[in-house]
Amino acid sequence: MNSIGEACNDLKRDYDACFNTWFSEYFLKGHTNDSMCAPLFKVYQECVKRAMKDQQIDFHEVEKNLLGTEQERKPPQKPS
Amino acid sequence: MKNQRKNEFYEHTTIFNYTWDQVAQGFWKRYPNPNSKHVLSEDTVCRNVRSGRLFSTRLLSKTNPIPKWAERFITSKHVHIIEESIVDPVNKVLITYTRNLGYTKVMSVTEKVVYRQSDEQPGKTVAVRSAWIDSQIRGFSRAICAFGYERFKKNCNKMVGGFNYVLANMFPLQSTVTTTHATITATSKLKDAAINASALAKSKAVPIYASLHPNQS
Repeated sequence: MNSIGEACNDLKRDYDACFNTWFSEYFLKGHTNDSMCAPLFKVYQECVKRAMKDQQIDFHEVEKNLLGTEQERKPPQKPS
Repeated sequence: MKNQRKNEFYEHTTIFNYTWDQVAQGFWKRYPNPNSKHVLSEDTVCRNVRSGRLFSTRLLSKTNPIPKWAERFITSKHVHIIEESIVDPVNKVLITYTRNLGYTKVMSVTEKVVYRQSDEQPGKTVAVRSAWIDSQIRGFSRAICAFGYERFKKNCNKMVGGFNYVLANMFPLQSTVTTTHATITATSKLKDAAINASALAKSKAVPIYASLHPNQS
């Protein structure tokens, strides 16, 4: 899958490969230390942030956390 | 009473014929698939581990096919989607929460999916999908919501089909030999347990025997 920034495609591929290995071989097996892919993530993320800025995508809106907060939507009340 | 804000709620349950661990691994690889030609890009924007759970935020861009009459509200050919997720590997729960970025007054689509391992059917995963669709466009909200709702329902089947395609590629033996696979895993686990037990017995034979002995007599 491509990155939103063409210049980030290689960085994304390297990071995704590292992440998928870490997720399967470490995280799901109970090892929660995520430093393994951190250097790759850092350079990839810098690239994505630049691409988002170029395309005028608001980073703060993107990273806004709703899941697990008060702002998360709830199913409508079922009539009792 | 007429309300300008119209909304629709949708709920759907899907059973995946894969273990929760497999579904969780497949989740990150579900694009591209034959049903995802509308997905143009996918990026991880934030990611960290807190209290043993993995929090991620991804940014997706998709093509945005809309009916002719809606073009007056939406000029962009692309739409950006934010996907938050939490993976809890201990309780085996994956929650995803997806929303569109921009044009939220015209049509906002929020989708939450909770993937858990099935209690009734071991080795399978239950996904409960909830979606909220609403629009605040005066006079058009009803039509926009109805359109969004129909499109969402149709896309649901495509999403599940695409995800299953990816899972079948990642775990090719799963759907046909589920039982065999489970047996092999169990056997190797037993073998490991036996090796561990024998090693433990060798190293601790004397103290274990000593500590057990009073109870046995």
